[in-house]
Amino acid sequence: MSEKRRISLTVNGKAVEREVETRTHLADFLRHEIGLTGTHVGCEHGVCGACTVLVDGAAVRSCLMLAVQADGAAVTTVEGLARPDGTLHPLQTAFWEHHGLQCGFCTPGMLTSLAAYLEAHPNADEPDIRRAISGNICRCTGYQNIVAAALDAARVMREGR
Amino acid sequence: MNEMTNKWIGRRTIRPDGAEKVTGRAAFAADTTMPGMIWGKLLRSPHPHAHIRAINTAKAEALTGVKAVVTARDIVDFPVDKSVMLGIQDMRWMCRNVMAREKALFHGHPIAAVAATTAEIAAEACKLIEVDYEVLPWAIEIDDALKPDAPILHDFIRFEGKPSNIAGKLEHKLGDIAEGFAKADVIVERTFTTRPVHQGYIEPQACLVSVTADGKATIWSSSQGHFMVRAMTSMLTGLPQSSIRAIPAEIGGGFGGKTIIYLEPVATMLAKKSGRPVKMVMTREEVMRATGPTSASKSTVKIGATKDGRIVAAQGAFYLQAGALPGSPIRGSAGCAFAPYNIPNVLSQGFDVVCNRSKVTAYRAPGAPIGAYPVECVLDEIAEKLGIDPLDLRLKNIAKEGTKAAHGPVYPRIGFAETVAAARAHPHYQAPLGPHQGRGVASGFWFNAGGESSAQVNITEDGNVVVTTGHPDIGGSRASIANITAELLGIDYRRVSVLIGDTASIGFSNLTGGSRALFASSMVVTQSIEKVIATLRERAAQIWQIDPEAVTWAEGAAHPAGKNAGNFPPLTLAEIAAKASATGGPIGAGVQLNTTGAEGGFATHICDVEVDLELGIVRVVRFTAFQDAGRAIHPSYVEGQMQGGVAQGIGWALNEEYIYNAKGQVDNPSFLDYRMPVCSDLPMIDTVIVEVPNPKHPQGVRGVGEASIVPPLAAISNAVHNALGKRFYALPISPPKVLAALKTTA
Repeated sequence: MSEKRRISLTVNGKAVEREVETRTHLADFLRHEIGLTGTHVGCEHGVCGACTVLVDGAAVRSCLMLAVQADGAAVTTVEGLARPDGTLHPLQTAFWEHHGLQCGFCTPGMLTSLAAYLEAHPNADEPDIRRAISGNICRCTGYQNIVAAALDAARVMREGR
Repeated sequence: MNEMTNKWIGRRTIRPDGAEKVTGRAAFAADTTMPGMIWGKLLRSPHPHAHIRAINTAKAEALTGVKAVVTARDIVDFPVDKSVMLGIQDMRWMCRNVMAREKALFHGHPIAAVAATTAEIAAEACKLIEVDYEVLPWAIEIDDALKPDAPILHDFIRFEGKPSNIAGKLEHKLGDIAEGFAKADVIVERTFTTRPVHQGYIEPQACLVSVTADGKATIWSSSQGHFMVRAMTSMLTGLPQSSIRAIPAEIGGGFGGKTIIYLEPVATMLAKKSGRPVKMVMTREEVMRATGPTSASKSTVKIGATKDGRIVAAQGAFYLQAGALPGSPIRGSAGCAFAPYNIPNVLSQGFDVVCNRSKVTAYRAPGAPIGAYPVECVLDEIAEKLGIDPLDLRLKNIAKEGTKAAHGPVYPRIGFAETVAAARAHPHYQAPLGPHQGRGVASGFWFNAGGESSAQVNITEDGNVVVTTGHPDIGGSRASIANITAELLGIDYRRVSVLIGDTASIGFSNLTGGSRALFASSMVVTQSIEKVIATLRERAAQIWQIDPEAVTWAEGAAHPAGKNAGNFPPLTLAEIAAKASATGGPIGAGVQLNTTGAEGGFATHICDVEVDLELGIVRVVRFTAFQDAGRAIHPSYVEGQMQGGVAQGIGWALNEEYIYNAKGQVDNPSFLDYRMPVCSDLPMIDTVIVEVPNPKHPQGVRGVGEASIVPPLAAISNAVHNALGKRFYALPISPPKVLAALKTTA
């Protein structure tokens, strides 16, 4: 019924090798094959941003990418943002402390999108951050505390450099 | 409770669900799996209106990998001639919404379902199901459904003796409007329309259901009430409630849209037939086609006032789209529309209109924004005609303690005037405006709600506290209950764990909806804690061998009440817990109530917009929301509710609408084409929490989740008028409408 291919990649620093159907998208691969359900699927057409993961450091909609396209790549999901010792990423701490979430469903995508963005733009200001996450829909918060959390995380990340 | 002495109530404590949610560990509806699990998929109607003559599932059943097929025959039928209510839901409509019976009533209406070893096989099998449809003429819009020759959706519906698409009418009356209008110096009457908007939760509906050989079902899903999930699944599958365990997942947004279910009964029947756990997950397209939204509306509002700005009469007729089956929120529209004002003569009517689109579901303050929008816009016109400041006009007519509202109650102490006064005094109201900018104000009301709630408070053996309640946590009820528990027991909030029990581990608790969850659950938690404290005092009395009456509880410890009681050092919670077994056994208490005393919530908003004359885009550039929370147990969550409601209101006013094509199908069932506000669309939304404690609640809670979405529609509309000198009577105020209006004025 469908073609299968063997792929190997790293997910959150761990080597992974699997046989996957070529039509399986990366989000389903991460959720169903690897069991990383922190990557959420909200629209499966690349608009809501909840499924955003980092592929070789770039923020990518995992619902719009096939798993086979990630062959050889390094993928980081929300589960891989914290350090191996469990220390949270500054964005994770800031979202938690600044009430940067309500239901939390969009949060993994917000965190991964911002992690890539702030890495590249450490001095981002409020309008920058608003633009950066305008591909991530949150229906709960009105974005106010997400922006506040991102600004605080940017500060912490700058100080940590 | 005295604010000054509160240690935890009103504190911005760190949220208890934060760690799980920022690390991706929180389990939402689609995140649970089971060994042997298979996938369910629905076949949906391609037609907006059609008789179903026959369904042949043989080919689907024969496909390799298919484990079960269900149709309406597998769902319990509730005949149309006898109403069976579950809360506000009529099971006659729910059984037909879950699976089409006689007719397919909208494009996307479930016709049959398949469970197979993979989702792809299930989808393939759906295509093999043969359905013999007799396509019927359809009616999508209210005006189409009300035409004399309109296609009738349901022959059993009669209005004024004739077959009709008007499925219901509700009327609130006060005084005599003819007499009232006769006294008016100014009368403004306008007709307004709003479009259906979706709740827009980012988490699509999903569930996993396992049914064992002895007929015991376990359901994992996210909803606004797992007891509703249990009851509705029970009624639609015939399994007794005691055989169904509904386990609440974290909920990825609901906003009213998850107060009913779509998948669980179907998945239960698929699981029962196949003997395998069945998972069903909706796509976004399915969510947009077949769940929610809230009603479209067409409303005519007429208000009369005297020269000095006293409103003497008000009349409203609110026609709301129910979708394919009756039940639009006319009570919210007709009831909330005039509720903020002291008006002697009122006639407020709601009409429930069925049409060939998905059945509407509750959306944040269901119906209230639809009712408030025309009223608050007409008030703006009256203020303009009379040369009175619009907030002053509201203050002149403000409802307060003792006011008799048209929808029934005589208000106790309410905090509406305080929100208007706070807005009037706020720097935002006087701030200068730039070119092409305008400012609008509006107010709004929501009933709030009480209802059934259960709680259990247990002291752990090491002297900490576990509180279990039965309402899914949507707006911060866990954090707020932790604050209240810490306050009442006099301990640090970090020693309190608050959990949402499943239907087998806690007593019946009604939906999280209507802004009821914290109101109701904090009542039962408070009473449970009072019982626990009584026990703790008894145990201390035993240890000290004195009368329990001579023991007081303060700062997390038992103390002798006075010198006469004896000279004992305090016994802490941990010390008493350690001796629990020796002094009579485990310490804990539960309380179950049908709570009453939820009193209305009011909000007043100030909005500044800027209109791009070239593109027709209206941008909200400043927004300040004032709301009476009663008591803000956890201010961050209260502000979050206010901001979230405003953001949704902005989307409703400016962007969001369903678009139907000539075939009666939703043409924009994706987030790409159904455009909800993104971060760059919105300003910072400032919040001012007003606290006028509800006298009927132990902590003064009123409920805060809904009132915030009521004023924005009119506040934005009034602001656009202020910017352009042009009034819009139809939402959304989208760029094409603005450009067209600018052309006519130019």
